[in-house]
Amino acid sequence: MSAARPALLSLGPVLFPWPAKAWRDFYFRIADEADVDCVHLGEVVCFKRAGLHAQMMEAVGERLARAGKEVVLSSLALIMNEAELDSVRTLAAKDGALIEANDMAAAALLAGRPHAIGPYVNVYNEGTLAYLAGRGAVRACLPFELPETSLAALAAASPVELEVQVFGRVPLALSARCYAARARDRSKDDCRIVCREDGDGLAVDTLDGAAFLAVNGTQTLSSTCANLAAEVGRLLAMGIRRLRLSPHAIDMVAVAEVFRAVADGRLETAEADARLAALANGMAFSNGFFHGAEGAAFIGEAE
Amino acid sequence: MSRRLDLVCPAGTPASLRAAVDAGGDAVYLGFRDETNARNFPGLNFSRDELKEGIAYAHERGAKVFVAVNTYPRAGNLGPWRQAVDDAARLKADAVILADIGLADYAARTHPQLGRHLSVQASASNPAAIGFYRRELGVRRVVLPRVLTIEEIAALNAAIEVETEVFVFGGLCVMAEGRCTLSSYATPCSPNREGVCSPAAHVRYVEKGDATVTKLGDFTLNVVQGGERAAYPTTCKGRYRVAGAERYLFEEPASLSAMHMLPELAAAGVTALKIEGRQRGRAYVAQVVAAFRRAVDAVAAGAPLPAEELAAITEGGKQTTGAYRRSWQ
Repeated sequence: MSAARPALLSLGPVLFPWPAKAWRDFYFRIADEADVDCVHLGEVVCFKRAGLHAQMMEAVGERLARAGKEVVLSSLALIMNEAELDSVRTLAAKDGALIEANDMAAAALLAGRPHAIGPYVNVYNEGTLAYLAGRGAVRACLPFELPETSLAALAAASPVELEVQVFGRVPLALSARCYAARARDRSKDDCRIVCREDGDGLAVDTLDGAAFLAVNGTQTLSSTCANLAAEVGRLLAMGIRRLRLSPHAIDMVAVAEVFRAVADGRLETAEADARLAALANGMAFSNGFFHGAEGAAFIGEAE
Repeated sequence: MSRRLDLVCPAGTPASLRAAVDAGGDAVYLGFRDETNARNFPGLNFSRDELKEGIAYAHERGAKVFVAVNTYPRAGNLGPWRQAVDDAARLKADAVILADIGLADYAARTHPQLGRHLSVQASASNPAAIGFYRRELGVRRVVLPRVLTIEEIAALNAAIEVETEVFVFGGLCVMAEGRCTLSSYATPCSPNREGVCSPAAHVRYVEKGDATVTKLGDFTLNVVQGGERAAYPTTCKGRYRVAGAERYLFEEPASLSAMHMLPELAAAGVTALKIEGRQRGRAYVAQVVAAFRRAVDAVAAGAPLPAEELAAITEGGKQTTGAYRRSWQ
């Protein structure tokens, strides 16, 4: 039913505290070269990092908009004090760009006007989705752990556009505690934004040496990179046409090309997986959440 | 201090409910025996008949009963969750503890007289979010996620118009509750959807020389030598190799214990104290509830806190005040 409507590719917010120039150059290149429809800007993980890119936010947003990309501003995902809440109030007061709420604080402040619901807000079922749509949500990026059965049920009932992350490490948890600091025997108050040393997250391996998780400040991510290239057809068929790529310090322009080709039906899954593997800088793939298995699993087409 | 803190106690079974009420709990919280609550473990929880009897037992002794329906209803199958809310209302529970917005909306529309508390699983940690749940969904109490310092709790209470309930004893979630999928990354089961974190069916203990390797799914969470005490193998209490060292990255094997902070919590404007442990036996519940009963009464009377020895029953034998102290972060 949805085959006639082209998929929309979006680039989620950069989750990592990249140096300001690298961050700017990344988005400039996305503006100039990437075949994506929508680009998210904003600090989602840690309020202390918000200043890293603030100076360049406007220039980057304008460059992306001039290049024809829709710009969405993503809000902080866990709000614990007045300073953090103030930053969300400031964001919510902005005119123009669509804002993505990643905490119910932002959703509450944006009520009554069009906004997006981000993947850190728990939209697990059609009751919640309908409720949020009734308050102005016009799209929702669904939680990372939802299986295909839930995605399909939500898509069938949804009054708004739905989005699913199809590439990138999966955010698994948020904490008040900073693990990048703790791994270096520092406290959060004295972190000196040490997470800047971990451009794509700090590897957390098991004691027997297996890759398991990755720490991004107060956030814990999967060590694996979600790759739903093989599932894109099923997502589009169930009516989910927004596909999110979560940025890593790899060639995201090429990653977007692969997903565009898959969504257009121009690239076979096996070839897509091979190309993505060559781009993924050693990250293993996972798609277990989609298949109702453990999130770390990567289940092939033959299953 | 004029106002006495409410003591909200765990009941995994009817026996624990009676133990908690007899030991002086002001309220007990419990769930039905299915995926609608966040402690969906074998041998735990209540049938409808057991809830009816439990409510009668509690109400006769002046205690309240809160029913946790605090997992996220499955898309395409809202029935079991709505039924749980309906049954809690029919059996005259004092409140339901909810996490899902859609379900809270259902409860507000269908059973407006039924009290609605916001579960810790909703991860509401600021006045804007909490104000939303109060205004829109009629929530009158919020169980605060274990991410706030006591100073943040005091500031929050000054800015909101609902009661707050905080955890004071038992297992410590170190992640924002309801927004953690570490367990479902390692197993096919989900805390948010099915109410199971680190389910026993996916935990393995492998003997290796004089060490025990604990595994969740395919992942090694720890290697524990003979005499070393360890926590139940949840992902966040595991020991890992990170930045060139082996360490408990997320949290040591320790339990939350904030008994000595009760005067501060009262001063911060908290209404109720929550004891964790629906998976614990009635003897544990009786011991912990009785100890907190004495402590709460002492605080209310302006008397010094009684010396209590709860260290022996904490996990791993270690205690922490978790996020309540800023230094923990």
